[in-house]
Amino acid sequence: MNDVTPVLECRNLSISYYVRAGEIPAVVDFNLKLMPGEAHGIVGESGCGKSTVALAVMNYMGNNGGITNGEILFEGRDMRTMSAEELRQIRGSKISMVYQEPMASLNPAMRIGEQLAEVPLYHEEETSKEAAYDRAAQMLAKVRLPDPLRIMNSYPHQISGGQQQRVVIAMALLANPRLLLLDEPTTALDVTVEAGIVELIKDISSEFGTSMIYISHNLGLILETCDRLTVMYSGEAVENGSITDVFNNMRHPYTRGLFSSIPLPSADKNARPLLPIRGQLPLPHERPDGCYFGPRCDYFEAGRCDQGLIPMEDTGAGERHAVRCTRYSEIDWSKPLELPDAGDPVEAGDVVLNVQQLQKHYEIETGGLFLSGEKKTVKANEALDFRAREAETVAIVGESGCGKSTFAKVLMGLEAATDGKVTLDNVELGQLAVQKRDADTISRLQMVFQNPFDTLNPSHTVGNQIGRVIRKFGVETDREKVEQRVHELLDIVKLPRDFAKRRPRQLSGGQKQRVGIARAFAGDPKVVIADEPVSALDVSVQAAVTGLLMDIQRENRTTLLFISHDLSVVRYLSDRIVVMYLGRIMEKGTTDEIFTPPYHPYTEALLSAVPIADTSVKKRKVVLTGELPSPANPPSGCVFCTRCPYAMPGVCDVTAPPVREFAPRHNIACHLEPEQLTAMEPVITIEEEKAA
Amino acid sequence: MTDTTMPAPRLSLTQRLKRPRALIVLSLLMVIPLIAYVMFGEPLARAGIREIVLIPAIPATLILYALAMASWRESWVAILGGTLVFFWVFVAVSVPFLPLLDPNKPIRPFAPPGTEVGDITFWLGTDLKGRDMLSRMLWGCQRVLVWGVTATAVAYVVGCIFGLIAGYISGIWDEIISFISNVLLSFPVMVLFILILNYLGPSGFNIVIAVTFASAPAIMRIVRGLALDNKTRDYVFAAQTRGEHPFRIMVVELLPNVRGPIIVDACLRLGYTTVAITTLTFLGLGLQPPDADWGLMIKEASNLMVWQFSYMLLIPALAVSSLILGFNLMADGLREMSLRD
Ligand SMILES: Nc1ncnc2c1ncn2[C@@H]1O[C@H](COP(=O)(O)OP(=O)(O)OP(=O)(O)O)[C@@H](O)[C@H]1O
Ligand code: SF4
Ligand code: SF4
Ligand SMILES: [Mg+2]
Repeated sequence: MNDVTPVLECRNLSISYYVRAGEIPAVVDFNLKLMPGEAHGIVGESGCGKSTVALAVMNYMGNNGGITNGEILFEGRDMRTMSAEELRQIRGSKISMVYQEPMASLNPAMRIGEQLAEVPLYHEEETSKEAAYDRAAQMLAKVRLPDPLRIMNSYPHQISGGQQQRVVIAMALLANPRLLLLDEPTTALDVTVEAGIVELIKDISSEFGTSMIYISHNLGLILETCDRLTVMYSGEAVENGSITDVFNNMRHPYTRGLFSSIPLPSADKNARPLLPIRGQLPLPHERPDGCYFGPRCDYFEAGRCDQGLIPMEDTGAGERHAVRCTRYSEIDWSKPLELPDAGDPVEAGDVVLNVQQLQKHYEIETGGLFLSGEKKTVKANEALDFRAREAETVAIVGESGCGKSTFAKVLMGLEAATDGKVTLDNVELGQLAVQKRDADTISRLQMVFQNPFDTLNPSHTVGNQIGRVIRKFGVETDREKVEQRVHELLDIVKLPRDFAKRRPRQLSGGQKQRVGIARAFAGDPKVVIADEPVSALDVSVQAAVTGLLMDIQRENRTTLLFISHDLSVVRYLSDRIVVMYLGRIMEKGTTDEIFTPPYHPYTEALLSAVPIADTSVKKRKVVLTGELPSPANPPSGCVFCTRCPYAMPGVCDVTAPPVREFAPRHNIACHLEPEQLTAMEPVITIEEEKAA
Repeated sequence: MTDTTMPAPRLSLTQRLKRPRALIVLSLLMVIPLIAYVMFGEPLARAGIREIVLIPAIPATLILYALAMASWRESWVAILGGTLVFFWVFVAVSVPFLPLLDPNKPIRPFAPPGTEVGDITFWLGTDLKGRDMLSRMLWGCQRVLVWGVTATAVAYVVGCIFGLIAGYISGIWDEIISFISNVLLSFPVMVLFILILNYLGPSGFNIVIAVTFASAPAIMRIVRGLALDNKTRDYVFAAQTRGEHPFRIMVVELLPNVRGPIIVDACLRLGYTTVAITTLTFLGLGLQPPDADWGLMIKEASNLMVWQFSYMLLIPALAVSSLILGFNLMADGLREMSLRD
């Protein structure tokens, strides 16, 4: 093994950015050894320096960044000693990079064929134009794009996001690179589209012999694509090793915290609650002395953990498995973590919210500036039908454009339903705009928003914003009582009381989202809609915010409508699930019913697409082909028929499927015979012997 | 429970003064006496309190200046601009108390700068009617500042109202408002001014109306754009789902968040308005004699085409340029600072 030169080696690499406030050390003492054909994952939360490492390897540091220490060796040669010309050569032909936004790498004004053919034409002198086009077309077929010739003739905006990302990968591979850097290549894509790209990435090293660095914030994706990984925290690599070592025998408190704060199939809000990491990420210039994770670590020991730079140490066990923790050998890693009190399952009460055959259509004008073209109807919601009981959590799951947010808008009275009914405690809401609702109805229905950076008005203090809700809904009117109530609410969301006087820009994302929750619960609502409340937060704070939301809900017996695209979170916290696709309900039932057969074919694909960060979980692969159709132009018959692996031509694309009931309130809309659906094998299985 | 929470840290005096409400009160204390002094001079004089009303404005101006200098430390452009502007504001509020000659009293015509007559020294000379130039120049800033600030403020109120309506309520309102403002914007500004003032007759109040017509459409556009951008933010949805009245959403939720770009634009626009008022007065369409005014001073001096007396033209021209330069530099500095963080 030792006589093989690593493709890439980083030795004690430190990188800083220089800004007005001074020097920001973005990456500190980073080590990495990438062998030929190996796929190495870098995982960490936002701002931990993942992308900086990739940019340093590409030598794209911009004019305010620079390597302050250490070296980067590419095929054994120090990149800092190479001439500019050599670097340019290497960058184009030996190292390629794929970014999160596919459009960042594509020229919108050039046909895809031309852009792809440029790569071989540029790097290999004696290639003819025809040969270059041929190779481009072959490469498109290799990244599994259907109909490469049509795509070669299209402009980038004419193909979907998933297809664009495949084109970018094809472009990167055309140069036949030794090293491929992928920086969150699927974050902008939908889960089922992401699953297809991940399948492709997985095969790259075996098919092309390319080494890869795969950057992601999602441990599940790393598990599916990589051989080894580095866990980063606040600019430092904290753990480094093979997938099995790090996933099953982690030796750093942060890694362990990360794993126990993400929902895994074995987690359940009642049986095995999530264990959030307390506190929040330090800002780069506020890092503590010694171990950067110190203030959040349960094993912190003053005098040892807060002094000097803690070195990376090999654990001796495992294959090149190293951690940055002075106490790793003293911690009893086999002792299970102390889990917070689970609390008893909550009994659901009466039906609070009843949605019957709800329909929302948008009329949009097509055509140009002057031709007022024909009117088109976007069926954002079609025949939605479900009920939610008191103290119940109902999750609405689906990919982008499935109509989740539209539904929330109708419910909140910002849009009027086209047809159908929504009743909240016998008040009909479908046609009732929010201005026409009485204060009581409004206060019973509140919302937690997705984007923590937008959810609070930057110009008003936190206390004012919560207080406004209290006054508006007449909970309290007296000035002092309002203030008192604001303080109580801040206590409930576990924020210090003097935050009432702060403005939103002085708060972190997680703190803002807590204020958003406090605001939603200020009027004692019966139903709270949470539209992806944690998806924009760092992984290590997500668990805390989710837990908080659930505690308050349990306490007040509130009904929670949880909108999400993330099935792991949904499985963890919801009692019932509604699966939507293109505005229609595909399947609904209890969480167990959704996660075990019979499945709707779309649910099956969705379950298989969710990355799970657990080596004991085996997933059955169901990869969907094609892309999400546009809601303005949905397929006829079953809307899923263009992508369904079971689709029966002549039936599925002609008539709308029947809704079958498999258990009380467990419905599936599909033409397949009930026996066929019941006979499906479970998608997710946990290997018992490993789990035990 | 209460004893676990920390007491709120005491704010220092400077920090308390820097809060938005304190700043607004200070600015009003600075501007309102001056406006009253210039616009309602006669009734105030009859009541015998004309000079007294200016007294609160002097400390307010000095405090604001100190606060501005303290918080603009990082931009020397803003410091320079602010100093020029505050110099003239300070002159405006304190000129009645300064040991100056009566600006309207003819003493000795055509005395060049530095002439000594008896025990009086005309540092900047006298004009063609024999009035002291120094005194006239310092007194002259009052009217330009007051009418400039008033006209800009009125234009802002009108522009913000229409901009918020067009941006937030949109639909047919947006179309009507945008159409009217496009029509107004298609006139050359000076033509618009001259048309309006010829129709209404020259006076300070009519200048306010003319400036409003000329500036409000552009302000409306800025505010409309900002409102359009901000109204899709979740905090606006939160207010809507709380059942807030659209008026409250516009004023309480949106307006404070558009203020940053507006303040920068206001400084620039104060500069334009100063130019416009001076020009209009010069054309005889604005403020009327006999009180000292930079535009009038330039107009009177412009008839004398003699090199020797060019100081009569130069002095008011430099004064007006320094004020406009101050406003422009301040705008640049503020923009630079707002882009930094
Ligand atoms: N005001 C509107 N006018 C026209 N079409 C709209 C409007 N609002 C939403 N739509 C369309 O309705 C469909 C459903 O949109 P919606 O925002 O509910 O999706 P979503 O599931 O929330 O997606 P994401 O997960 O990306 O937020 C989309 O195709 C969207 O383009
Ligand atoms: S070095 Fe100390 S503080 Fe850091 S992770 Fe290890 S035990 Fe925790
Ligand atoms: S109805 Fe047909 S296309 Fe639709 S999910 Fe069932 S099998 Fe697939
Ligand atoms: Mg949405």
